[in-house]
Amino acid sequence: MQVLPAGRDALLAEPPDPVDVPTLYADLRRDLDCRDLVPGARTVLLDGVPDPESARAYLGAWAPSGRADGDVGRLVEVPTTYDGADLDDVARIWGMTRAEAVATHTGTAFVVAFCGFTPGFAYCTGLPDDLAVPRLDRPRPRVPAGSVGLAGEFTGVYPGESPGGWRLVGRTDLRLWDAARDEPALLAPGTRVRFREV
Amino acid sequence: MPRALHVVDPGPLSTVQDTGRPGHAHLGVPRSGWLDEPAATLANRLVGNDPGAAVIETTVGGVELRADGAVTVAVTGAAAPVTVDGRAAAWGEPLSLRPGQVFRLGPPRAGVRSYVAVSGGVAVPAVLGSRATDVLSGLGPAPLSAGDELPVGLGASPRPVDAPRLPRLDGVLRVDPGPRADWLDGGVRRLLDGAWQVTADSNRVGLRLAGEALPRARTDELPSEGIVLGGVQVPPDGQPLVFLADHPTTGGYPVVAVVLAGDRWQCAQLRPGDAVRFRAAGR
Repeated sequence: MQVLPAGRDALLAEPPDPVDVPTLYADLRRDLDCRDLVPGARTVLLDGVPDPESARAYLGAWAPSGRADGDVGRLVEVPTTYDGADLDDVARIWGMTRAEAVATHTGTAFVVAFCGFTPGFAYCTGLPDDLAVPRLDRPRPRVPAGSVGLAGEFTGVYPGESPGGWRLVGRTDLRLWDAARDEPALLAPGTRVRFREV
Repeated sequence: MPRALHVVDPGPLSTVQDTGRPGHAHLGVPRSGWLDEPAATLANRLVGNDPGAAVIETTVGGVELRADGAVTVAVTGAAAPVTVDGRAAAWGEPLSLRPGQVFRLGPPRAGVRSYVAVSGGVAVPAVLGSRATDVLSGLGPAPLSAGDELPVGLGASPRPVDAPRLPRLDGVLRVDPGPRADWLDGGVRRLLDGAWQVTADSNRVGLRLAGEALPRARTDELPSEGIVLGGVQVPPDGQPLVFLADHPTTGGYPVVAVVLAGDRWQCAQLRPGDAVRFRAAGR
């Protein structure tokens, strides 16, 4: 595993196979004492590490356990109305009918790879590489909260109204983010996600 | 009677800040918190607060507050003229305000951000354990506006503190290599050799710099990865920026160096047009 320096008290860990990132993240959260653990698309950032040398030793000795990456976290079902403004475009890019595109999306086992962009915005992976879709050429100035969108290999749900360049396929009434909850983000890294058509 | 500070004039941008909300970065929550930690914690010491109590962070001064109740305040950070009811008052010392007195902070002679601590701390409600305003995500209280009543916590007693010995603002930022130094053509050396100038679009998210564009060794896209405070990021235009407290938690451009914790306060005080150089920290 590549372990890159990120300042005096931080390390960026990059396992050879990005598929191992959720397992590495879960193991670090269980085993390592540090202020922030931030998974990315290919990496886990260890920030505010009290003892970087022992963290390096841990990472050097780490091997992916036998767990399939889909088994890491709890499962959240996202009831979704598939009426997004870009659903027809996504179906066309996928070479499918609208109904087939919805069935593909609801039939996919997603996992939250990482969060970013805004609090509670989850980058969910699970779609095969050949179903990646480009971002919109021109982002929308306002995307409503609960919008379900696709960009690149990722699916995400907008936790609040914001500008956005993801292709919108549907919407959900689930409250993705509530700072007053014990678990403010519904879709934290490692969470397994299924979209269900309503 | 509950004590409060009444905001008469917030100036260009004043926010409530404390140590921020680290520990939630994996949920996309920026750390936030004060930009000039030595100044903010000194202000708290001057009024007898715990070092982490919430203070007001101002941006190029121009702030007017009225004491609703007897309070003690102290100003640190960017040195600016202070008046109480129009009469000159001390900067960097505890000031007792009687109910109804008006405290004014003028524009700083140098630097950008001043810190106003009040005995008992600014007691607005906390969000995820912090009262800090995060200008990126919108978490925490909105920036101050005229007419706001800022509740003040239970009073602490000011105690004598050592005369503040303030570090010098020289625009030299010591850096360690970042995770993606190899994405620069010529490595971090090119950053160290460059002469940089602070640009006007700098804010609590980042100190933005302009100079001779840094050539990238790689032009492919970097998959999103976690970002550290003080990280020096190089976007495709080759103009670096230093991430400050309200930085996004993940980003897709390479971080080539990391500013040492001890030099980050300077990023809070450098003005547009000021010169910046980076120097290798060594061990």
